[in-house]
Amino acid sequence: MLKKETGHTEKVEKARKVPEGLWVKCNNCGEIIYRKEMERNLYVCLKCNHHHRINAYNRISITLDEGTFREYDAEIEPVDPLGFKDIKGYKEKINESQKVLSVKDAVVCGEGLINGKKVMICAFEFAFMGGSMGSVVGEKITRLFERALKGRRPVMIFSCSGGARMQEGIFSLMQMAKTSAVIAKFKDSERPFISVLTDPTTGGVSASFAMLGDVIIAEPRALIGFAGPRVIEQTIRQNLPDNFQKSEYLLEHGMIDLIVERKNMREILSRLLDLFKPDHIKRDIEPATYRHRTTDASQKK
Amino acid sequence: MAVHQSLEFERSLVELEAKLLELKHSHTKGKVDLKTDIKKLEKKLQDLKKKIYSGLDPWEITQIARHPNRPYTLDYVQLICEDFIELHGDRKYGDDPAIVGGLASIGGRSIMLIGHQKGRATKEKIFRNFGMPNPEGYRKALRLMYMAERLKKPIVTFIDTPGAFPGIGAEERGQSEAIAENLTVMSRLKVPIISIIIGEGGSGGALAIGVADKIMMMEYSIYSVISPEGCAAILWKDGTKAEIAAKELKIGAKELLKLGIIEKVIKEPLGAAHCSLEKAARSVKEAILVSLDELMPISIEMILEARYKKYREIGIFYNPSI
Repeated sequence: MLKKETGHTEKVEKARKVPEGLWVKCNNCGEIIYRKEMERNLYVCLKCNHHHRINAYNRISITLDEGTFREYDAEIEPVDPLGFKDIKGYKEKINESQKVLSVKDAVVCGEGLINGKKVMICAFEFAFMGGSMGSVVGEKITRLFERALKGRRPVMIFSCSGGARMQEGIFSLMQMAKTSAVIAKFKDSERPFISVLTDPTTGGVSASFAMLGDVIIAEPRALIGFAGPRVIEQTIRQNLPDNFQKSEYLLEHGMIDLIVERKNMREILSRLLDLFKPDHIKRDIEPATYRHRTTDASQKK
Repeated sequence: MAVHQSLEFERSLVELEAKLLELKHSHTKGKVDLKTDIKKLEKKLQDLKKKIYSGLDPWEITQIARHPNRPYTLDYVQLICEDFIELHGDRKYGDDPAIVGGLASIGGRSIMLIGHQKGRATKEKIFRNFGMPNPEGYRKALRLMYMAERLKKPIVTFIDTPGAFPGIGAEERGQSEAIAENLTVMSRLKVPIISIIIGEGGSGGALAIGVADKIMMMEYSIYSVISPEGCAAILWKDGTKAEIAAKELKIGAKELLKLGIIEKVIKEPLGAAHCSLEKAARSVKEAILVSLDELMPISIEMILEARYKKYREIGIFYNPSI
């Protein structure tokens, strides 16, 4: 039933976008850091604690118990419903992204265990057209909630997206309604939806399912908002306040529940699952049978 | 008559109209009989209008959708409702003038009517924030929708906004959350919902009062995930490419009908709604009444099932396992 570990690791390897090399530079403070060190620290800068974007499979592997991830709907692919062409055609952009990344669109969905507790999980792949939501993203998230409803499982989504995918026009806009509708249904169940916002979560994604979590968690200093800061600045012609649209700012204004550092995320999620668990449900798997990998999957061969 | 503000492609029409007026003027004043000339010119004007308005491109339609003389929500309310009492405020923070709502009577039925509201003169434009709502606008709409649900009144929404307001306060007070909440609540609201895009359907700010059982668009309105200008700025890195973006995005009523996103296109009078408010209003009223007649006899369970199914099925993708 569980996906073979090797296949998953291969995918992680392929999905890695960071260029090879022994050293990496922090996007925030510019510190040069030994790659292995950075990976062990879950792509968080050792010096400034900047949380770098990570790809979907890495996100899943640092969240779930080792080898427990089973992917759903990996085969669903985007098409070009409008025949959209800007400087490049949409089809061409899809092909290019699919070639460098090991995903067919901007989300990876599936199920797995966190400390032995079964969850439905979805992680965004920002490298795929800015993690934008089109028909495929909307459909996969909808199916995930439908499965969760059927199997009475909690759902967690790690958002990382610029918003709706313009190239699919009105279909993208309607995915906001579609995902929000399935969540309305899901909330009839007694299972929680935990929404984790990572840098960035904006536009049509933040204005639909991402803000509909029973619990909303953000990584530190993530950009979260409806309109992008540049658009706001141009509209109101004022400088924006310090920290504007950052996780800390949202927490202060009552828009999210918690800010959780990446290294603590798994533990917090696990505790939330425990606290949300209906009394009559025992662990899905006994503790002795699982083991968590603290380091990143890509280190393994 | 209001100051006639003309669009680029309307210019030849305006010139002809001026000529016609001049002719009529000298006819009533003068001794020469100009009747035949006037008739000829009137015919010419009509033909030209027909020609121009049958071949508008998406960018021209965008201009009409934003036309400064185009009827707004409260214009329609005045023309189609026997009664309307506006209700104010979200009971949480404030009252957003960019969204209006209240109980209305139309064709003898009482409904909850909610719509974006733009302003016409500069002062009113600012007061209405150019029809761009803040979170409290969406929360007021939500409050009114819950009220409609409890009192079993169907909801009719008029959509006409460039988009939700991108401002500091809007973000602070949770623009995203306000929109998302409306989407999720509307998907299950236990009364029929009818939406009409009367002008601009600007992205999430439009959708936030637009999850409906029946969505209709005025012939020269637009509905889009992003404004053509915004799209051009991002994808072409050039805001002046909006004309092309408008075409690529497929934002016109006819296109969206073809794509199965909306249920009906409401025909506008020749020269678009701003040329004859009464005619446009009559069509809107009829469309609302017909839709109410269709939806009201159906059980709410069936309506909700159909509403969910409609949104569940939206999206085009390739699924090799099917």
